[in-house]
Amino acid sequence: MLEMSDVLLLARLQFAFTISAHIIFPAISIGLASYCAVLEGLWLRTGEPVYRELFFFWSKIFAVGFGMGVVSGVVMSYEFGANWAGFSRVAGSVNGPLLAYEVLTAFFLEAGFLGIMLFGWRRVGPRLHFLATCLVALGTLFSTFWILASNSWMQTPQGFQIVDGKVVPLDWLKIIFNPSFPFRLVHMSLAAFIVGATGVGGCAAWHLLKGQRGAGVKKSFSMAVGMLLVAAPIQMVAGDQHGLNTLQHQPAKIAAIEGLWESEKGGTALNLVGWPDMREERTKYAFSIPHLGSLILTHTWNGEIPGLKQFAPRDRPDSTIIFWSFRVMVGMSLLMLLLGVLGLVLRLRNQLYETRWFHRFALAMGPSGLIALLAGWITTEVGRQPWVVYGVLRTADAVSPLSSQQVGTSLLIFIVVYFLVFGTGGYYMLKLMAKGPDVGDKAGDVGGDAGKSTVSLDRRPMSRATDPIDE
Amino acid sequence: MTLDLATLWAGIIGFAVFLYVLLDGFDLGIGLLFPFFDREGEREVMLNTVAPVWDGNETWLVLGGACLYGVFPIAYSTLLPAVYLPVIAMLCGLIFRGVAFEIRAKARRTQNLWDLAFIMGCATATFCQGLILGTLLQGIKVVDGRFAGEPFDWLSPFSVFCGMGLLVTYATLGCGWLVMKTDGDLQRRMQVLLKPSSLVLLAIIGIISLWTVLGQPAVAQRWFGGRHFVYFSPVPLLVLACVIGIFRSASSGHEARAFILMEAIIFLGYSGLLISIFPNIVPPSLSIWAASSPRSSQIFVLIGVLIILPIILAYTGLSYWVFRGKVRHGDEGYH
Repeated sequence: MLEMSDVLLLARLQFAFTISAHIIFPAISIGLASYCAVLEGLWLRTGEPVYRELFFFWSKIFAVGFGMGVVSGVVMSYEFGANWAGFSRVAGSVNGPLLAYEVLTAFFLEAGFLGIMLFGWRRVGPRLHFLATCLVALGTLFSTFWILASNSWMQTPQGFQIVDGKVVPLDWLKIIFNPSFPFRLVHMSLAAFIVGATGVGGCAAWHLLKGQRGAGVKKSFSMAVGMLLVAAPIQMVAGDQHGLNTLQHQPAKIAAIEGLWESEKGGTALNLVGWPDMREERTKYAFSIPHLGSLILTHTWNGEIPGLKQFAPRDRPDSTIIFWSFRVMVGMSLLMLLLGVLGLVLRLRNQLYETRWFHRFALAMGPSGLIALLAGWITTEVGRQPWVVYGVLRTADAVSPLSSQQVGTSLLIFIVVYFLVFGTGGYYMLKLMAKGPDVGDKAGDVGGDAGKSTVSLDRRPMSRATDPIDE
Repeated sequence: MTLDLATLWAGIIGFAVFLYVLLDGFDLGIGLLFPFFDREGEREVMLNTVAPVWDGNETWLVLGGACLYGVFPIAYSTLLPAVYLPVIAMLCGLIFRGVAFEIRAKARRTQNLWDLAFIMGCATATFCQGLILGTLLQGIKVVDGRFAGEPFDWLSPFSVFCGMGLLVTYATLGCGWLVMKTDGDLQRRMQVLLKPSSLVLLAIIGIISLWTVLGQPAVAQRWFGGRHFVYFSPVPLLVLACVIGIFRSASSGHEARAFILMEAIIFLGYSGLLISIFPNIVPPSLSIWAASSPRSSQIFVLIGVLIILPIILAYTGLSYWVFRGKVRHGDEGYH
């Protein structure tokens, strides 16, 4: 880990940058697609116009996020071969087919029904339209399924044998349903829903603070805060179960997350804060609570957890990074729970829409879902190091035979292009959110393509949004 | 010869890449024609002809890439590092093309900027695709299943020529598409442009063919060895016939003819390419069998492709059917 070649370091930086920029948009799409399906379902059931209004408003923002996700995703599918030829050569036989299935099942479903969801409001009946929305949401979840099957197999590989240094798949069911897959799938799907909930809540809080009290703003806020009250605790249970699974299959990752160097006898303490130092092999400035580590990670009073020193230095993930990325994620989830609980208290007192400090809190928490998501992914990916396929292929052996100039150049290009392009896209999404669900967005307006003869299958996601970007 | 799994897969991926070139070719071609058509509303009309379909067209590139990754991982992991910078530049070009396409319609003050991003995105993506094709044709040094060449092996007079050749190809294809999809003055000017550009294209195809045959004995052997040329001679003859057909299409009244003939030329050129390199997937030494992933991987994806690909094709066909007919200035509903 400490002596890394320039090419490896640059290739890892590039992957970290491009995947982080990418995952933001799919996470928003997954969360908002399901939210839109719920809104439309509620409208069909209750007939209250506010749900339809909210569906139109949020489906516009979903559409922009979806477009950005597609464009940034194309880069990912070629980066595996360009920067990580060793990985493709050895494990392409497993990861390639899983990606191919993602393209075939998810992209098809999304492309097929996105047009109807976004433009077909008056072209098809309400039930068929609702079906299209549900299928788009299902498509985003299929996509999650295949990508997480692929990632989880890299974390806990099984169902294969090695022949001539290459992975030969033996049992595809075992490969897909590998030990960490169910936990990671649940954890990530919930995380995407929470990204949606915090984003929707932050947007509504902003409008409440601006003095808008329309039905759409209130309903958004109420739904988002309610969703957090339910989803945050479930996510904590899911995360806890995921942690137990990781301890079983990737104990070095857990030791690094906790900054734990020795295998402590008679109960493991938990470092609440501290600074793990990889060279000195200890966690500096640690503030720890006895037995709490055992309690959380083994659910027993005296459970033993292997420390990092049990693993050869070349097999240890970087504890300094994931000790803190993990705590950022957990800290965010605690704040989300607090937001949900406070929301419930204020709701019971009938003050949910009148309490300004709470709206400020919700606004500040707007990006918390994304922050927690990124921190969580950094934890699990950096925690898998120094392996790219855990125990099978080292990251150092996976990189392409390239020069550091090549990888450095492409990294610079990606940074400039991504900030330009996705900065613009993100700005446009915020601009749409700032407009609010109640202003100038009557249902007839949004279904504005109705009566014109051309649009029912228009598959350009962003053209769903009609507002100018630069005024 | 029995049809083995690797050959079947080479056919499927070849088909996906061919569809990509055919479909995204005219999308990108419109971007290449953009600088020459700037009258009121012209660009709007040109974009609207592909507005409903270009997203789906680009998906064929993703499908081709993902299948190559899963089915011929050795080809995927040697080709991409060999053409590293062109691939990165192509991806950036496609990013700019896609985002500019969408945002242009929402922009008012900055529309010229987004037009420029669109043109540059299309030109970069096209040129790099030609560069990659040229690099593949001239051969990539592979040792022990790994790319073993130099970082700038892809840069040669031949590959640059192929890049420029693809610019002309896509522009001509875009021209044929617009003749079919527009009318009035715009259509007439496209028809005027079609003749010289198809002549240039013919010259380019001739030069690339000679260049590969003269430069690579293996390719010459494939085309002229034994009685081979008797079997393969229809390819160049049909190309010639297509160009003559395009020349006469302007006066024929069949507005789709030029476009269909252009697609035929691309099909013939593509066949010529396959004749030159098959059964290699990365010339001069990596064959489709050596590049294959294990049988279990190839069968696993094959099941998915056989079930789902027909549905995708049906859907794509439906989409083109729904959006058939002319696009005119002032048509609403695309933005």
